[in-house]
Amino acid sequence: MSPSDIAQLILQRFGPHAVTASSLDTLHPWIAVPAAHWLEIAAFLRNDHQLQFDLLRCLTGLDYPDRRQLCAAYDLLSFDLGHELCIKVSVPRDHPEIPSVAHLWRAADWHERETFDLLGIRFTNHPDSVTDHLGTHPRRILLPDDWVGHPLRKDYAFPREYHGIPGSVELDWAQKSDYPK
Amino acid sequence: MPTIERNFITPPDIDVDTTSDVATEEMLVNMGPQHPSTHGVLRLVLRTDGEMVLEAVPHIGYLHRCAEKIGENLAYFQYVPYTDRMDYLAGMNNNVGWCLTVEKLAKLEIPRRAQYIRVIMCELNRIASHLVSMGAYGMDMGAFTPFLYAFREREFILDLFEAACGARLTYSYATIGGLTHDLTPQWIEKCREFLDYFEPKITEYDQLLSFNHIFVKRTANIGILPKDLALSYCITGPMLRGSGIPWDLRRKKPYLVYDELEFDIPVGDGRIGSLGDAWDRYFVRIQEMRQSIRILRQALDRIPGGQHRIALPRVFKIPPGEIYMETEGARGQLGFYIESHGGPIPYRVKARGPSFCNLSIAHELCRDCLLADVPAIIGSIDIVMGETDR
Repeated sequence: MSPSDIAQLILQRFGPHAVTASSLDTLHPWIAVPAAHWLEIAAFLRNDHQLQFDLLRCLTGLDYPDRRQLCAAYDLLSFDLGHELCIKVSVPRDHPEIPSVAHLWRAADWHERETFDLLGIRFTNHPDSVTDHLGTHPRRILLPDDWVGHPLRKDYAFPREYHGIPGSVELDWAQKSDYPK
Repeated sequence: MPTIERNFITPPDIDVDTTSDVATEEMLVNMGPQHPSTHGVLRLVLRTDGEMVLEAVPHIGYLHRCAEKIGENLAYFQYVPYTDRMDYLAGMNNNVGWCLTVEKLAKLEIPRRAQYIRVIMCELNRIASHLVSMGAYGMDMGAFTPFLYAFREREFILDLFEAACGARLTYSYATIGGLTHDLTPQWIEKCREFLDYFEPKITEYDQLLSFNHIFVKRTANIGILPKDLALSYCITGPMLRGSGIPWDLRRKKPYLVYDELEFDIPVGDGRIGSLGDAWDRYFVRIQEMRQSIRILRQALDRIPGGQHRIALPRVFKIPPGEIYMETEGARGQLGFYIESHGGPIPYRVKARGPSFCNLSIAHELCRDCLLADVPAIIGSIDIVMGETDR
């Protein structure tokens, strides 16, 4: 199925509020769905016999400070039918919560942990969650459990010290002479 | 001198109840991050009951360098050397994966000669990577000799790479728009010589390792990966094909000139143990080396003349857009997500490493197995921690 057919199918099933934005005839076709509907749309994408998106290939987290949003981009592929589509779920930066889909695609387990670790998107009901001063969130995967902050956020400040290990000077890449302009 | 009590045999007149005095307490065993059979800095925490592993929890991140953050601060050209430090055993495949993704985003058409050279380099590197995988896996299972043979042959490939681009491990040979250097006719002759030399060696590996009785006993019926679980975890590469699924991006979604070349997709068939066991995954890699030789022979015969790269401006900007593209690396599908906001540097770079996804299934495979089988399972996944942690 083409991306626009898939978008049409989702609109028919979940109504006009289910798709908030889309870009369908580009190199990387995507549709944006609200976080509130994401769980039921994900189950539909995974289980519907016309769609059968059984592979979650990649989960990319993106930070848009100018829009005050964090975004999770799920790249899906159907193994039998061969079609692919990206689903984007955007959440406000000060309350970044997206329901976990690790029960639908087991691959999401580590991807969601990584996306929390590096961008701070909290995936609720994740099977490998911990509760601390940040609330309940997936366990960190690449960074130590007591790391402060999420490095892939655009406003991340490089730590000056970690357990007595001095950090290097704060990275201000744009000030370097060979920075591409 | 203190004497050591050597009489461990229970005297027959003492009645020992063998069921009650055996402690069946669970024990946590830490394996790694510095362990010879974890192939890098992987740490596993094993919950064991005697010799049985009830649960294995992998801990990763010891090699994390946040390559994605670095990518947000470098021009597209400058990121190429960072990609071959991800999967350092298959640097060419990573370079080509990154360059293809950028070229597709920038809608660049690269010369056919460059496409053929990229195929040649990818397949040579696939062989080199599988050789390391095979040799190290044999060593995990207690066979030291195949490791030396594998590295002897790998040395030839590294010499070829050195002749082509000057580097032996981190190549940065592919660049945006083509390749940094052209190949000479002498290089192509040398490569043919290598293929003639190497092809019979694969039979030797089969005799040395693949059908070795001890090796088969250690790997067959171990760590069986069923098809539906593999798809749910998005397992790719030889590991997926070991479960009998003929999925290869070079055939399913051809890039470069793979659609003009003839080759088969080897899959596991459970001929020794069960379908999808550690031996099947191992043997898929051995068979893939034969297929890579087939691809290489065709590519070397058909390599056209012409330019090896296109001229690009020094400040190379890509119009706003985004892309996610996967290529078939030595370990599975290597994907890059790039979002451009129009400048000379990307807004966001994400690398989807095949080792990362393949390793995420380790806790399923290592459940209720013997402690001695854990290295057999981890070795058959064939991970590179540089790519898992990025």
